[in-house]
Amino acid sequence: MFLINCPYCGERDQSEFTAGGEAHIVRPKQPTELSDDQWAEFLFMRKNIKGIQFERWSHAHGCRKWFNMVRDTSNDKIHAVYKMGEKPPIK
Amino acid sequence: MKNKYSIFSLIKNAFSYHENWQRAWRDPEPKKEYEAIIIGGGGHGLATAYYLAKKHNMKNIAVLEKGWIGGGNTGRNTTIIRSNYLWDASAGLYDHALKIWEGLSQELNYNVMFSQRGVMNLAHNLQDVRDLKRRTHANRLNGIDAVWLNTDEVKKFCPIINTSPNIRYPVLGGTLQRRAGTARHDAVAWGYARGADAMGVDIIQNCELKGIKRNGNSVEGIETTKGFIKTKKIGVVAAGHSSVIASMVDLKLPLESKPLQALVSEPVKPIIDTVVMSNAVHAYVSQSDKGELVIGAGTDAYVSYTQRGSHDVVEGTLKAILELYPIFSRMKMLRQWGGIVDICPDASPIISKTHIKGLYFNCGWGTGGFKATPGSGDLFAHTIANDEPHKLNADFNINRFVSGDLVDEHGAAAVAH
Repeated sequence: MFLINCPYCGERDQSEFTAGGEAHIVRPKQPTELSDDQWAEFLFMRKNIKGIQFERWSHAHGCRKWFNMVRDTSNDKIHAVYKMGEKPPIK
Repeated sequence: MKNKYSIFSLIKNAFSYHENWQRAWRDPEPKKEYEAIIIGGGGHGLATAYYLAKKHNMKNIAVLEKGWIGGGNTGRNTTIIRSNYLWDASAGLYDHALKIWEGLSQELNYNVMFSQRGVMNLAHNLQDVRDLKRRTHANRLNGIDAVWLNTDEVKKFCPIINTSPNIRYPVLGGTLQRRAGTARHDAVAWGYARGADAMGVDIIQNCELKGIKRNGNSVEGIETTKGFIKTKKIGVVAAGHSSVIASMVDLKLPLESKPLQALVSEPVKPIIDTVVMSNAVHAYVSQSDKGELVIGAGTDAYVSYTQRGSHDVVEGTLKAILELYPIFSRMKMLRQWGGIVDICPDASPIISKTHIKGLYFNCGWGTGGFKATPGSGDLFAHTIANDEPHKLNADFNINRFVSGDLVDEHGAAAVAH
């Protein structure tokens, strides 16, 4: 449990938000040309990192906007929050 | 077995004030080489080692545990055991485990306190009723005992449930598996550890895996905090940390690790003599032999390795518990904890070879691995020993995420995630 600084609304309780999983997984441009392996990679395979993870969140019980977050999954500490389409502020 | 536990050994040791019991397993330093190494000393890992030694005659094996055995999810679950899963593949898998549970205490000469007190799954809306009835029929076709109970029968089986039609999610009925129940989680780890150790398995605690050494496409050994150990077969049973280990060989798994919480109350006199689960309102409860209510909550919706869990999840579960069991309104909760569960997209486990020769994964048990401990160990041992899956775990291979042959058990998982 933690506080999230929504880029649109400011600091709110985590329970107002929905986690959308790993960020920056690009939707295939040519879905019809994908092999089964590539589909499995896109749909199911996840880095599931213990440490610094880039992920998507939605302020479901607030402005309902999606944004990205950099969070350390080993201690739930949030390192950065940035809007969709922006480059991650941390490598 | 060096020192068989029995009523006679109990009496004999009583005369020396129970100060001369042998230690249950050794604390060896790792050898230079093993036939196979199991990564993870939880119930599943220890069971795997036990069956490798017992059924496949592989005695020169080790179990590596970074903390202490049974200190992960084996010691953090709500100890529920059942096999009422929907699909044939899951029914085969979980009932295989349940059948082993039924004779496990005798086999291990260790009381795992397996208690077939029944598990009841409640329905709170019409879709629940349809789904649970369908599951009951599917179970019976697979030879698994299951009955549908109407609201009055639910009340009769567990009188403290509030079956008033006026609550927010009224009880419209439920299913009951009478062969299901609970077991003592620590005893399962200790019993398997003792059994495996007696056959020569080295259980190496406080030793963390640091890397996997490969030669071409085969494994050669592992780097650990106690140095390099040579082996040709590695079985990874690391639950929430499976992805971390997979990343050591650049393997990606279809897993997300999330905290799953449980809590226990202060101990009280016997009040609930079965296990009641509710998927829709998300709460499950049973009573331990010590008298504590053992209450299970849901997972956090985000990836985390913190072994804590959010307060709002516990709050939601206790709200549901209080509506279903108003009698508990003044109970005090004593302890709360979280375990990191590795969840597959189809809520079914992976017991599989990988594309790397000699590397096997047993993971993805998500929120319901404890019940499968003996079966999981047995089938994983078979897979490692023969380099081929047993027919009962053939469907739980890692390639199902490529082929699309998923085993969707979200409905039977009984914990929404």
